[in-house]
Amino acid sequence: MTTATTPNVQEDLQRIAKKWKDKPGSLIMVLHEVQERLGCVPRNVCLELAKLIDVPVARIYEVVTFYNYFKTEAPGKHILSVCTGTACHLKGASKVLESLSKELGIKEGESSADKEFHLQSVRCVGCCGMAPVVMVNGAIHGKLKPESSGKEIVAQYRGK
Amino acid sequence: MPHPTHWKGKELPNVLRRLFDVPGGHRLAVARQHGAYSTIGATLFDKSPFELIELVKDSGLRGRGGAGFPTGMKWSFVPRGTGKPVYLVINADEGEPGTFKDRLLMARDPHLLIEGMICTGWALGVRTAYIYVRGEMLPQIQALNHAIREAYDAGLLGENIAGSRYSLDIYVHRGAGAYICGEETALINSLEGYKGQPRLKPPFPAVSGAFANPTCVNNVETIMAVPWILTHGAKAYRRWGTDKSPGSKLFSIAGDIGRPGVYEIPLGMPMPEFFELAGGVVGELQGCIPGGSSAPVLNAEECAKAAMDYESLAGLKSMLGSGAVMPFNATRDPVAILRTLTRFYAHESCGQCTPCREGTGYAHRVLDQVAEGKGRDGDIDHVRDLADQFEWTTICPLATADAWPIKSFTGKFRPAFDAYLAKNPDRAKPRELTQLEPGAFM
Repeated sequence: MTTATTPNVQEDLQRIAKKWKDKPGSLIMVLHEVQERLGCVPRNVCLELAKLIDVPVARIYEVVTFYNYFKTEAPGKHILSVCTGTACHLKGASKVLESLSKELGIKEGESSADKEFHLQSVRCVGCCGMAPVVMVNGAIHGKLKPESSGKEIVAQYRGK
Repeated sequence: MPHPTHWKGKELPNVLRRLFDVPGGHRLAVARQHGAYSTIGATLFDKSPFELIELVKDSGLRGRGGAGFPTGMKWSFVPRGTGKPVYLVINADEGEPGTFKDRLLMARDPHLLIEGMICTGWALGVRTAYIYVRGEMLPQIQALNHAIREAYDAGLLGENIAGSRYSLDIYVHRGAGAYICGEETALINSLEGYKGQPRLKPPFPAVSGAFANPTCVNNVETIMAVPWILTHGAKAYRRWGTDKSPGSKLFSIAGDIGRPGVYEIPLGMPMPEFFELAGGVVGELQGCIPGGSSAPVLNAEECAKAAMDYESLAGLKSMLGSGAVMPFNATRDPVAILRTLTRFYAHESCGQCTPCREGTGYAHRVLDQVAEGKGRDGDIDHVRDLADQFEWTTICPLATADAWPIKSFTGKFRPAFDAYLAKNPDRAKPRELTQLEPGAFM
């Protein structure tokens, strides 16, 4: 099923396509800009983009689904990424995940019913010296206390 | 905590960490006060590209991304006078779990990377260079873009750099979250806007890389050592380290250690001494992953013998890799560590080669069962046998990077695995294969 994109989104897509169309190998940069604008790269947008930048939709979709960063569905407003890299694992990442999951009443990979939070685990974010780490909308929260981390982080972002 | 300047009465190397503790060091004006771009001028342009390559060869600088390949030799593979453009691509897709050195370098001293790229570009005849940065590293991308703008405004990039006849443009390309893009041919595919799946070699990137043109892919840390070598000479660089592993290297240490962080030390420092420098091991040392998650683990006796250089760790059948050191103490469960590691590799397999796509996932699912107390007799030998089968049988080394931890953990900490098997009263029964169908963890 596809739904047409709104005129507003259309305009943005055209602007982005115009900026990158003639630069070789720019598909990933295009998708970054689209996701920055829309929060995700849904199927109907892929179809639209294919026409605008003259790249087959299969090529766009394979790239969108290959890379972890690109999403086809909009996640919750605050994205909580629990690092499960080796150092964080040693310092209790699974307890951090459990604590957040309990606090929000959702499982890993889900969004809360009010779409305020999205909980996910990610591979090493490269802040091993601060383990255990949760990344919230790109900001790093490090040296967490695994058991109380859920309450503390959710309280800090709820309603903001 | 500031980086220590001395250790046991000796000054620690200062090739890469010059701006680690300088506030605002990412800005051109501040960086210049600390010697940024001092090589851009007669120091660089009076040397022929050939002389510069020889100088880097003499210094013994080796690739800091993981493989440790001699940098000067890599540069000499790039053909000249083919009429095709030569590209320089900086690999800043630092994704090996435990590694966080390039992240710090790019945030604190982006101008040193640009200076190193100008030097390298001059040596290889590059007109266009790319920095491929991991997609998650937003502050670093901002710092780099800002530094590049400053350099253009100051005439240090673009046409006729610092009044010379040399011109160079640098572009930042943002990755999108795929570990495999740290492999150079996957990185090139990603740079071209494709899925990041590795290419078969040959042809090597030096002959046919980005957009089918000669391409040199180097790690951030490698390139950032070049200006220092150019200023001080190859001999000065060789005053640190060993004959085969000369110079200094950044090590990122995390895990059960007193002061986790990034340290610049001379190569060849004994591992126990490095632990001491980083605040000492917390608790009783059980083992250590010495070079990023794919490096085979060392047990406590091996750690006592090891030194932080390429040869010493290779002698212990492990590797220096990207310099990510992860000691863990006796309270940690090796089974749980290996389970997490194999989950990572199974998730990050690009899906191109069958042994890796199927093997890494299967091995992970068996280890999952073991860790949940549902292991069967023979599971551990089965996984080790599987690892033997997917080691070195694929286009790129990702499957091998999974096989090494599997074989070293199950080999060196076997009693811990057997203890998990003993928890299952039905361990003698044959396994139903349906239990190992691909899970939903992807």
